[in-house]
Amino acid sequence: MLIPHPLLGLRDAQEFTYLGDAALIDRPDGLAADAAGRFFDYGYLRDNPAGEHRELWFHEQGDRSWLVVTRNITTHEIVRVELARDVALARGRGR
Amino acid sequence: MRYSGFRIIREALTGHKGWGPAWRDPAPRPAYDYVIVGGGGHGLATAYYLAKTYAKARIAVLEKGWIGSGNAGRNTTIIRSNYLLDGNEPFYELSMQLWEGLEQEVNYNAMVSQRGILNLCHSDGQRDAYRRRGNAMRLNGVDAELLDRDQVRAMAPFLNFDDARFPIKGGLLQRRAGTARHDAVVWGYARGADRLGVDIIQNCEVTGMRIEGGRIHGLDTTRGFIGAGKVGVAVAGNSSRVMALAGMRLPIESHVLQAFVSEGLKPLIPGVITFGAGHFYVSQSDKGGLVFGGDIDGYNSYAQRGNLPVVEDVCEGGMALMPMIGRARLLRMWGGIMDMSMDGSPIIDRTDIDGLYFNGGWCYGGFKATTGSGLCFAHLLATDSPHPTAAAMRFDRFQKGLMIDEKGVGNQPNLH
Repeated sequence: MLIPHPLLGLRDAQEFTYLGDAALIDRPDGLAADAAGRFFDYGYLRDNPAGEHRELWFHEQGDRSWLVVTRNITTHEIVRVELARDVALARGRGR
Repeated sequence: MRYSGFRIIREALTGHKGWGPAWRDPAPRPAYDYVIVGGGGHGLATAYYLAKTYAKARIAVLEKGWIGSGNAGRNTTIIRSNYLLDGNEPFYELSMQLWEGLEQEVNYNAMVSQRGILNLCHSDGQRDAYRRRGNAMRLNGVDAELLDRDQVRAMAPFLNFDDARFPIKGGLLQRRAGTARHDAVVWGYARGADRLGVDIIQNCEVTGMRIEGGRIHGLDTTRGFIGAGKVGVAVAGNSSRVMALAGMRLPIESHVLQAFVSEGLKPLIPGVITFGAGHFYVSQSDKGGLVFGGDIDGYNSYAQRGNLPVVEDVCEGGMALMPMIGRARLLRMWGGIMDMSMDGSPIIDRTDIDGLYFNGGWCYGGFKATTGSGLCFAHLLATDSPHPTAAAMRFDRFQKGLMIDEKGVGNQPNLH
């Protein structure tokens, strides 16, 4: 697989390490009353859809940026790539 | 028809005209007491043990393609019970004992061959870990032997003993482990279940679950609605998709694992050998092909085909372990979809929906568990209580901190 990095162009997927579903960006509030249940969801449950999947890749052998890759996981086709920082900021995270 | 040596002689003398289909091809009935979703090894074994123990029930197995067309036809056929943790080892040993009696049990030649598995260690720390695992196995009544370097060399002289980076220091041997013929396991259980009255319904994909008042009443399928008293789902690889029909999210990601087979060679490898410094395991099929594999590709996939970097990685592992493998040509390679669970161990449990039961999360270790999984899932379906050897394989272990994590890498499925 080649991942079209927003800054560096097409890069071999071997340069990256894979973390998982991009929902991991939305870390729950640890001080919320129902934090235990939310962290169980966050840590252990996954949608795991057979189709388009937004997921976190880390460019470990490259510029060490985190990417949100939207990929069709029945075909391995990559639909869209964003910097995870931009996604996190757009979702209201501080960084 | 019962298979026997006498039968083969009789058929040989009469032109082989007496062999019939090994199982029926029935149309689905309107309703069953038990419906098993998934006609792989696990589903068919479940139906077999269910029918054998509770023969009066109406039981069906639904399969979206043909039986054994998923991971049952895509594995590397290894059977073993060399686990460390108490939540796992008694279950896998039960499976191993069932493998030992399988062919007599289902009257089918599954080519179970107890040729042994040898896990090589390459450092003092790894040898300590293997000694600990061997001791844990023996505490559970399972055979395990720790071999030193010379014993390994006597057994497998072709290994690379001159590797300065990853010297072979010894190995953990389970002699009762081995291989079985994957398709024959599926066919044997299918035939056995069919003879006990189970309807095996192929080309029948489940498209919906009818759940009312917290209870499942039946399944919508591509062959119409099928009513069900209890539904057991055994569709590892596609567990998240099927259980989503019941509104459930699972502690599972689907990943692709590749496997490989070389051209046929003369007998070369005595049993199953695993490389401890990389991830590579190899055995030789009865046809002569070297059957081997390594790591999963490492990202979510439902594609049933992998990518080339892992092919290279597996072949490098093979070359590091036994350089002569470089002279063999690769014949075939394929990919299967694994239910990678959050702790690397499976789930056999009830769900919050009455009448709906789940069996999955087998990671890439499902084949060896086919026998025990079938027995334990049948036990759960029939009695509503977990089989003693599978009592730890529950859904709520992640909430309660009771993970069964053999490798100790946490909730990162692609590392298990």
